[in-house]
Amino acid sequence: MKKKQGQRPRQHEEQPMGIPYVDEFRDGRLARKIAAAIAAAVRPARQYRFMEFCGGHTHAIYRYGLEDLLPANIQMIHGPGCPVCVLPMGRIDDAIALARTPGVILASYADMLRVPGSNGTSLMKARAAGADVRMVYSASDALQLAVAHPDRQVVFFAIGFETTTPPTAVVIREAARLDLDNFSVFCNHVLTPPAMRAILETGDELGLDGFVGPSHVSAVIGTRPYDFVAADYRRPVVISGFEPLDVLQSVLMLVRQVNDGRVEVENEFSRAVDAEGNRKAQALMTELFELRPSFEWRGLGQIPASALRIRAAYAAFDAEQRFPVPAQAVPDHKACECGAILRGVKRPRDCKVFGTACTPDQPIGACMVSSEGACAAYYNYGRFKDVAVAGQA
Amino acid sequence: MSAAKDYIRPIDFKRGRVDLTHGSGGRAMAQLIDELFLAAFDNDWLRQLNDQACFSVPAGRLVMATDSHVVSPLFFPGGDIGCLAVHGTVNDVAMAGAKPLYLSAGFILEEGFPLSDLKRIVESMAAAARQAGVPIVTGDTKVVEQGKGDGVFITTTGIGVVPADVRVSGDRARPGDKILLSGTLGDHGVAIMSLRENLSFGTSIASDTAALHELVAAMLAAVPDIHCLRDPTRGGLGATLNELARQSGVGMHIDEAALPIRTEVAAACEFLGLDPLYVANEGKLVAICAPEDADRLLAAMRAHPLGREAAVIGEVRADPHHFVQMTTSFGGSRIVDWLSGEQLPRIC
Repeated sequence: MKKKQGQRPRQHEEQPMGIPYVDEFRDGRLARKIAAAIAAAVRPARQYRFMEFCGGHTHAIYRYGLEDLLPANIQMIHGPGCPVCVLPMGRIDDAIALARTPGVILASYADMLRVPGSNGTSLMKARAAGADVRMVYSASDALQLAVAHPDRQVVFFAIGFETTTPPTAVVIREAARLDLDNFSVFCNHVLTPPAMRAILETGDELGLDGFVGPSHVSAVIGTRPYDFVAADYRRPVVISGFEPLDVLQSVLMLVRQVNDGRVEVENEFSRAVDAEGNRKAQALMTELFELRPSFEWRGLGQIPASALRIRAAYAAFDAEQRFPVPAQAVPDHKACECGAILRGVKRPRDCKVFGTACTPDQPIGACMVSSEGACAAYYNYGRFKDVAVAGQA
Repeated sequence: MSAAKDYIRPIDFKRGRVDLTHGSGGRAMAQLIDELFLAAFDNDWLRQLNDQACFSVPAGRLVMATDSHVVSPLFFPGGDIGCLAVHGTVNDVAMAGAKPLYLSAGFILEEGFPLSDLKRIVESMAAAARQAGVPIVTGDTKVVEQGKGDGVFITTTGIGVVPADVRVSGDRARPGDKILLSGTLGDHGVAIMSLRENLSFGTSIASDTAALHELVAAMLAAVPDIHCLRDPTRGGLGATLNELARQSGVGMHIDEAALPIRTEVAAACEFLGLDPLYVANEGKLVAICAPEDADRLLAAMRAHPLGREAAVIGEVRADPHHFVQMTTSFGGSRIVDWLSGEQLPRIC
């Protein structure tokens, strides 16, 4: 796609307290203009059902109240793109087992600490009971822990899509260079395109008209890996940034594709994404990781070739090789609808335990824990709308 | 004027460290009190060296508040745990519309803590109390073994008096009332976070820690019938508005575009994936008053140095669910909910 001239909006004089390059994409007046363009473009007799694959988009939609700006016949469906939510309970139990291993420091991203494993445990509860669980802000912080504690085994609980995979690759390579014998990675990196294919394979259950595609992932892998969505499944994709104006603009682009009968992969986030992505990061991922034959996703079940494991050449840094890991499949809580919500089949408020037994303070499912989870986003930012609806009835 | 000087060598405040004898009740403790606390806080009540302070109280209703300070790091841009311990409790008393009169201070020191740092903290505390005009009239010191503390914990208790005609309380917000904020959000929290282990980043933001009782006095002089006052410390503005909404049994509606937030704070929050609505403040207050008083109250706030950036940020509404709602800068709406646990950075 050709780069548009003047893609970067101008700074606004009346926003002296603003952040350059962020505020431009949060301009309320511009948002209302795009919203008006969407309202003018939609065909009143038609329903438009778009899935925002990524939890970052779900978060933006609720945090900025974007649904209020969309016409009633556009429905946004929340997809599985939250790395915390899609990790099955068994893998969380595995991480807790690693954390409880004598001599181990388990380093984890903060979001994972409160996610419930089976029997109501979590890394946070394991920590309170004496396990050495440390919250880190980056993979390199985990590596630093290993350097600082040569007498302990440091295991990094690596999760995330293609966005967080290259930093994990970097620290494994760095650990090899430093010849560290007390650092390993519990690898749970998963891939976006197979998950999107799995959703499309469920058939027309969702009646999707298109995807708001993940931009941070595309900054790594490019837009090309989504070509199959348009070519094989005849659904448009617009790769979208996470700022609210990006999301609105992407919805407008999707509406136009649907109206024109076009089925393309378009790139709204051309300020950071191109067709090929970041080749250096891709090469690094290929060097360090290989595909797992199959991997379990919460809500989507086993998906072939959808996750990464550490290559044999780096087995010394693979926590699954170094420690006994239980690796048991654990079914989700019976009342929890996380699975259906992650597939976009149900909305948070359709879940019986939403807002009653399952709240951000007492979560049952992962969708209520992660700030990018559909349930948490809806609970924290949007649930007053249910009350308004009930009030009208 | 001081304890009997029955010891010989003065405390080495440059190189010395807290040890268990400093909390044992013996000579070393007497020396620490004499050379450090008495010297720094010096006032008539402390000089009497009793285990309590005895004072007379003016007419009105008494207010008492207590606050424990466990901040990490102990020193941060714009302040330290010492001045924070004074400001925090002075503000808790002031948020009742009271004039703070006296403070007490309890120290829990960890064995091994450098005396030079302790001296810095105590002197900062003394300066803050002097500046606020609220003497520290009684106190206590304990020493815990190494590993059982975090350097120093300080608990302060404050006493003040509310004038007869003032009825500030968290349960007095009524539909139609206006919500005012005294200044920018999140400065303290960002200043602290900028120094955290694994997170350090350069910023020009300093903590906003300050004693707000004089601002409150100026506000009450302009509008005696202020309905609610609260300082949005831990949990930030988001938690404070939810507390007040629940206490008063009302809803709140605020306007995102009206919230004063410094660029640096907004940028740091953006970078960390945090919401400035939930980041701590130590020198700001939220006031709620009748709509007809709002302009006068805003003018009084802006006339005071600590309220220069004050703004009307929203209004109180009838709502049986006690939701705090916000109109986003986009014109959409969302809830500003209680925070679940601590605000945690996002993964990607």
